[in-house]
Amino acid sequence: MTTLDVLYFAWLRERIGAPRERVETAAATVGDLAAELAARDDRHAAALSDLRAVRVAVDQQLAAMDTPLAGAREVAFFPPMTGG
Amino acid sequence: MRVLVQSEPFDATALLDGFGAGAGAVVTFTGLVRGDGGLTALDIEHYPGMTERALRDHAQAAVDRFGLTDVLVVHRHGHLPVGAPIMMVATAARHRRAAFDAADFLMDWLKSRAPFWKREITAAGPGDWVAAADQDEAALDRWR
Repeated sequence: MTTLDVLYFAWLRERIGAPRERVETAAATVGDLAAELAARDDRHAAALSDLRAVRVAVDQQLAAMDTPLAGAREVAFFPPMTGG
Repeated sequence: MRVLVQSEPFDATALLDGFGAGAGAVVTFTGLVRGDGGLTALDIEHYPGMTERALRDHAQAAVDRFGLTDVLVVHRHGHLPVGAPIMMVATAARHRRAAFDAADFLMDWLKSRAPFWKREITAAGPGDWVAAADQDEAALDRWR
């Protein structure tokens, strides 16, 4: 098991109801983590069950759903970036 | 190179004091919140740390691609009413074409791919989060 800081932005943050949380997980990839979180409760399911409109970063670098979590400390889920 | 991500208003005159000393051309662009469709304000969210890093990386890409002698990027976040300055870029180069092109290149990226998320606020209250716009994606194709 590893401990991760998981961050949410924009409508994902609103659906989850929090900007960040600390998660104990054995997930191997970002996608595994998303599936594990989506199974937790309705709020997480509302944010993470459809990942087509979700982008991710691992340790503040853009990543993909198959990016491994080995050694990661921070994972962020957010909508496609729209700029300012 | 200077990259600033902040909620406070910025003082363009102060930021440009001494910018591009020794260059032949300085181009500056300032973007304001536009009041389309009953918009009264934008709420802009960012990812502290990642947003600054992404802006620095892209500013460096502009330096490398256009041979800039200096570059400045300022972007605000938080609650910004219509008419408020939201961002500024400044580019310095030996010749004007590189300075103009680099500013355009930076703006196309800032408007479409920079790690910001914005929500439109109208008199009725907060609206939806803005989705990626096709014309912004098309604008990026120019630089591929």
